[in-house]
Amino acid sequence: MLEFRKDIFADERDDNLHEIGQPTQRQDMLGHVTGTSPYYDDHRFGNLLHLKILRSPHAHARIRSIDDSAAARAPGVKRIIRAADVPVNLNTLLSLIQFGKDDEPSLAADVVRYKGEPILGIVATSERAALEAMALVRISYDQLPAVFDVEEALKPGAPSVNATYPKNTFEYYNKYDHQKLRYGDVEAGFAQADVVFEDRYQMSPIEHAPTETNGSIAVPDTNGRFIVYTSTQALFFSLDTSAKINAVPSNQLHFIGGTVGGGFGGKVDTLTEPLSILAARLVGAPVRYRFSRHEEMQFGSPRGGERIYVKDGIMRDGRIIARSVRAYFDSGAYTRLSSYAVVKCAAHIPGPYTIPNVSGDVYCVFTNRTPATAMRGFGVTALDFALECQMDKGATAIGMDPLEYRILNAYRDGDMKAHRREAKNTALIECAQVAAEKANWPLREEFRRMSSRKGEGTARPGIAPDRSRAPAVPAPARAPAAAPQRISYERPTPAALPPRPAPPAPPPRSAPLPPATAPAGSTHGAPRFSSVFGTRRR
Amino acid sequence: MKTPIQFLLNGEEVATFVESGANLLDTLREAVGDLSVKGGCWQGTCGTCTVLVDGSPRLSCLTLAESCAGRAIETTAGLRRGPDLHPLQSAFMERFAAQCGYCTPGMLMAAKALLDKNPNPTRENVVDAISGNVCRCTGYEPIINAVLDAAGGNSRRA
Amino acid sequence: MSVSVKTFPHLADAAGALSRERNARFLGGGTLVMRAVNEADPAIETIVRSTDPALTHIGLSSARVELGAGVTMAAILAERELSYLHPVARIIGGPAVREAATVGGNLFAPAPYGDFAAALLALDATVTLAGGFGQRELPLDELLSRRERGATLVASVAFRRPANDTFRFVKVTRVHPKGVSIMSISAQLPLASGRVSGARIAYGAMGPAPLRAKAAERALEGRTLDAAGVAPALAAAHEGTSPTDNALGSAWWRREILPVYLRRLLLGEQTARHA
Repeated sequence: MLEFRKDIFADERDDNLHEIGQPTQRQDMLGHVTGTSPYYDDHRFGNLLHLKILRSPHAHARIRSIDDSAAARAPGVKRIIRAADVPVNLNTLLSLIQFGKDDEPSLAADVVRYKGEPILGIVATSERAALEAMALVRISYDQLPAVFDVEEALKPGAPSVNATYPKNTFEYYNKYDHQKLRYGDVEAGFAQADVVFEDRYQMSPIEHAPTETNGSIAVPDTNGRFIVYTSTQALFFSLDTSAKINAVPSNQLHFIGGTVGGGFGGKVDTLTEPLSILAARLVGAPVRYRFSRHEEMQFGSPRGGERIYVKDGIMRDGRIIARSVRAYFDSGAYTRLSSYAVVKCAAHIPGPYTIPNVSGDVYCVFTNRTPATAMRGFGVTALDFALECQMDKGATAIGMDPLEYRILNAYRDGDMKAHRREAKNTALIECAQVAAEKANWPLREEFRRMSSRKGEGTARPGIAPDRSRAPAVPAPARAPAAAPQRISYERPTPAALPPRPAPPAPPPRSAPLPPATAPAGSTHGAPRFSSVFGTRRR
Repeated sequence: MKTPIQFLLNGEEVATFVESGANLLDTLREAVGDLSVKGGCWQGTCGTCTVLVDGSPRLSCLTLAESCAGRAIETTAGLRRGPDLHPLQSAFMERFAAQCGYCTPGMLMAAKALLDKNPNPTRENVVDAISGNVCRCTGYEPIINAVLDAAGGNSRRA
Repeated sequence: MSVSVKTFPHLADAAGALSRERNARFLGGGTLVMRAVNEADPAIETIVRSTDPALTHIGLSSARVELGAGVTMAAILAERELSYLHPVARIIGGPAVREAATVGGNLFAPAPYGDFAAALLALDATVTLAGGFGQRELPLDELLSRRERGATLVASVAFRRPANDTFRFVKVTRVHPKGVSIMSISAQLPLASGRVSGARIAYGAMGPAPLRAKAAERALEGRTLDAAGVAPALAAAHEGTSPTDNALGSAWWRREILPVYLRRLLLGEQTARHA
């Protein structure tokens, strides 16, 4: 049963909830229970061909030679697709928003960097024929030293995984090998703290394991266009990525998304469309590229494993006065979306707590593992696991109730966050209080009276100067106590925004459309990503 | 080599040719055109492709199509009678027992296999009946509740 | 390219085809063969089937049980007289798998599968092979220890009906109920005047094939089923085992937990559902 605590923050909103709390049926539920919801594969073609991918058996190797002649002659085989066939055989997903350098081939040409990396495509009249032909391909490799551990990968002399980033880290702003957050002076904080401890947290890569595997069907349409039925979660993203790799204008591709049979982030990497489209172009017939279950589990990108070190300096009265976080994302062999995950992680440090001294160092590291991708809050969820375990340990270390410990250290409105933004609309304290009430978890009176709003409830004890130790940490600037009415999030006034350019007049119908070449320096695709590029609208 | 095969599909006579060695899943989807049957693993580990063969739940991806000659096969496409949903379908809707919907056809057939033989199952019976079907979205509880609801309708109707 | 399928009304003819055809495999329920066919396994070019009714026959007498190799786990669960085997049949796959999985197929299922075969070992089962030469019978552990694939066609298995409450089984798995076994332990523990007489203990997934724990059996002879009585058997539990590492667990871990689960089984602390 859903319960609304409308008493909390009651003066801040209208009590006019029409949708929240009312069950609303999914628009596709009837389709689901009748088996008529259309997934990408729910289309039949009389002449459908099948694309199967030959994958690297090695984590790191140089390809010495490929002999696919027997495979090309095998029964049912229509075409072998090789690295040289791929028009643009180096890409990174976020090049669409100009974030990162192209680093990943669609088909490996000379080096394979993870077990399962695609090397060849075989298009045949049946999956069986393609698999039988695949068994006839002869590839010789020179195995190379591989690295599978994020910290090992950063040591001098570690094998270089990614040719675009030879030092095994992504480069931010073409200069920095990690994301950095600094606020106050953590070393001074640790020196002053009564208790200091550090712990290490390790996540495994997690496979989404959707019941529907990744796949797409590319179908030649009229006018040289292709219709693409796909399982993707990111329709236009996949369209633009496929257009780039195939070097065709995006208006040559008509992407039709299916109901996604389980995404969770595992169907954003545009894993199958570029090659199914290329195959359809090369053979002039519909081609399906469907991950087998083994491919999905083993080579479909997982949420990357993360290693996170958290060091806290705590006062005996329960205040955390210093927190330093060092985190390593295992991006696997290629960037994909991990560069962005690292930004999110850095943005999330130190968690929803007001800590006067904070340091964060977050690395996007390349290893010879399966390239990682998005999954359910990647970049944040693992960090939360680490931080909340750390909170429990901190509470234990000073003998404080873990919920009270969190309430004490929680953000309040007006607190300055480590990212130099003022905390607004905070509510962790109230959530903790209600959770305690529901769980019959006893909280002391002073903690039941604490409030996220400035000037209400029992204020947090100020930082007492401790002259017997290292120089006192200066208290962070505090905003003046606000009136009970909360500050609403201000939108920028129109004058602050640059004027929108008028759209160009459409060309006259008789003139042929100019070839779709992107003007130099243009923002291709989605609007600029302010958190990525550091531009701030306010 | 193509082999002829005839069977009943949701009460209708169906005849087609299959590649020798073809499984029932591919046959139903590609040869016969029943797209309500879904494939998730082609290994028999996920249960997504569950259909009924002579009333028993079977994994169509592991069933040799030719072995179904003359048998009565039921799939999700045959659950509703015209505009009327099967009680299991209505119950799944009411209990929000689907999100992505991909496991739903298999779940429905596994549940139907149970209710056709045991109209008043316990919760443990229901859990066992769907124990061969993987769902990655719902956490199973809404599905179990939906099947019990549909069965509860049985005892009300009895 | 595609596999060919040959169906025979008489098992003996199927056996002949099995030895005659290239890369032929006998299709039981399909849980293993159809998966391999779906994956275009080059080792299967011909599927051999039989519709011989003897394959699905369950023969029950007061002393002896005979199960056709095509008897499914579901059929065993439907047979009240075989209730002691229900804990084993129940944990093989889910309901749909149990409608297909056969006694015969389980005999050839590679480790870590084969829990039903291990249970049959503990029941001292014999197998009857079908062939052009006629039928011949041999002990199950002989078949398992030299598992010949392809040319061997099992027609049925047979065993003496165990005395009431003497057969026990536990499956150790991470995912209940249908997860693959870390290991399984089957035991037949007949008692004479409260002491073990002629015990049989068999393990699944503790070696390349289900195996008898003969040292543990000998150590149990004449003993009582209490903590002191089973101690020597626990000390001998590992003899003959050769577990391997796999995605579910390491060989080391399997060796560590084997005596724990054996102890619980021998002391009656464990039921099949609570591994």
